[in-house]
Amino acid sequence: MTTRIYVPRETSAVSVGADEVALAIARESRQAGVRIELIRNGSWGASWLEPLVEVEVDGARIAYGNVAPEDIAGLFAAGLGGAHEKRLGPINEIPYLISQDRWTFWRCGLTNPLSLEDFRLHQGFKALEKALADGPTSVLETVTASGLRGRGGAGFPTGIKWQTVADTAADQKYIACNADEGDSGTFSDRLLMEGDPLGLIESMAIAGYAVGASKGYIYLRSEYPLTLRILTRALELARDGGWLGDNIQDSGFDFDIELHLGAGSYVCGEETAMLESLEGRKGIVRYKPPLPAIEGLFGKPTVVNNVVTLASVPNIVNLGGERYAGMGINRSKGTLAFQLAGNIKRGGLVEKSFGVTVRELIDEYGGGTASGRPVKAVQIGGPLGAYLPAEQLDTPLDYEAFTEIGAMIGHGGIVVFDDTADMAQQARFAMEFCAIESCGKCTPCRIGSTRGVEVIDKMIAGDRRDENYDLLVELCDTMEDASLCAMGGMTPYPVRSVLRHFAEDFASSEGK
Amino acid sequence: MTQGIDRESTSEIVREFGAKPELLVQILQTIVMRHGWIPEDRIPQLAQELNLSRADVYGVVHYYHDFRTEPPGKHIVKICQAEACQAMGSRTLTEHAHESLGAGMHETADDVTVEPVYCLGNCACAPAVMIDNKTHGRVDVARFDSLVADLREPG
Repeated sequence: MTTRIYVPRETSAVSVGADEVALAIARESRQAGVRIELIRNGSWGASWLEPLVEVEVDGARIAYGNVAPEDIAGLFAAGLGGAHEKRLGPINEIPYLISQDRWTFWRCGLTNPLSLEDFRLHQGFKALEKALADGPTSVLETVTASGLRGRGGAGFPTGIKWQTVADTAADQKYIACNADEGDSGTFSDRLLMEGDPLGLIESMAIAGYAVGASKGYIYLRSEYPLTLRILTRALELARDGGWLGDNIQDSGFDFDIELHLGAGSYVCGEETAMLESLEGRKGIVRYKPPLPAIEGLFGKPTVVNNVVTLASVPNIVNLGGERYAGMGINRSKGTLAFQLAGNIKRGGLVEKSFGVTVRELIDEYGGGTASGRPVKAVQIGGPLGAYLPAEQLDTPLDYEAFTEIGAMIGHGGIVVFDDTADMAQQARFAMEFCAIESCGKCTPCRIGSTRGVEVIDKMIAGDRRDENYDLLVELCDTMEDASLCAMGGMTPYPVRSVLRHFAEDFASSEGK
Repeated sequence: MTQGIDRESTSEIVREFGAKPELLVQILQTIVMRHGWIPEDRIPQLAQELNLSRADVYGVVHYYHDFRTEPPGKHIVKICQAEACQAMGSRTLTEHAHESLGAGMHETADDVTVEPVYCLGNCACAPAVMIDNKTHGRVDVARFDSLVADLREPG
């Protein structure tokens, strides 16, 4: 009998030894004469348990957490699936995972991401087939009815964007998938692309069919080399299987995808800068209008969507827009893949319906800080997101509720800091990061960020702290009101939140 | 690696991409991935072969962080400087790296180059470090030292 063993081939798992564990398993199975089938699955997203190994016993997948190569001999000695100090029990009984609302990430961890057969066994391409049968109008209606909004950060309604591209006449249209996941504290795009790359390919084909685009691009950041390898292989598999290319499955629909790499520029995650980069130029932000949906890549109507936005679509097509819209609260429909990061005991991906509070995520899923010290601040939405003090953690995760408190959900990254954090330094870093990454097109961002660092340094040094406080507020006003894009326009968010909630840190900061 | 890409190999990569000017970023990224850096004297050649102006190519080369115009060491150690890693002590780790390697940011000592990186997407296993294109997680000072020691094995 052959025993199936799963070891994730996903960046976080591999970063803490999953490849070495897989090697040790292969070696031990030979030595022990035990026949195994080693499957490199995606990650379930419980990053704190990585490397997380699963052994299939009588149809159940028994999980072992934080496995090291030196555990493997013992794992075999105990009998595969048997008692072991690292045994967690069946994967589908782990509370962290079973209490989630897995709409978009349901295949991540479950399947072999580079098996077309496994993908098909788990509803793969079923939504594309349904879309091709129902017609583009039906897909557009379904996506609009779902209330899905852009998960990259801006939260723009996906249905309206798709409809605009569909309604704009052109000889060529494009789907541009934004996989330039640059926000610190976020890794959901990566997890999806590594764990369910064929799912993303299917999603892009559905988008192409709905709006009349025959070509798609994935703009992947260069910081994800393993993702690049997995996606490249998945694209080959899809092409070989007749799911990309001309006349897909004899439907008459042509669609193919080109994979492009970024080159380390944060601002290329901004949609128009990304389009510039896809055209081979400096990633400099464009003026809007024209909207990319009307004049996007190479001047043609283009759907620019984040990875998670696109990947939410197949289940919307399969199960209906109303079903998706039935989850979440207010105008924040459906689920978001929250990412618990930084100083947190149980970091990882938690896909939940909107409406859950930050505190629930941090306490119930995250288990508090990794250091065991009290939470001081939580940055949500990446480097342009506000730092929330402990008293704001009961805010429900809802786009509009966050706007009300001068914060944003962004791409769903939640970065926890304990009480040793020096918030004056965090404010300084926000300005410094903007100075490093600004594309330079507009003055408030290009110059304002450098002046911001200088003013904050003066405040930390105790140089006319009150006067410089006022100056910093004024600088934030200018950047927010007059910058061309979110880079300069939202860098003030983290800065202002520090001024508002942690001003005392400017006096206690030890400087750089 | 320190030699940099020659004229012939540059032309080959340009041809691989069909000499399409809109693929300039991809062409440069391929040069860096295979040869480590982009010598400035390749810029006029790229401009000519892609039918772009030298200013266009120069601008793109100098815009993106990935496009080094100086030869790096044999090994490249990138340390994440972004918030999730900061929350887990990356500032201390960075200081330690500079001291133990004898190199500041964008500096090379004993064939090891140290560079900043702003997020490796490994934020639940912070702090994160990338060494020669492989990401490592939960890197405390001791783990950093052992990872770096592996680079310095003689031979």
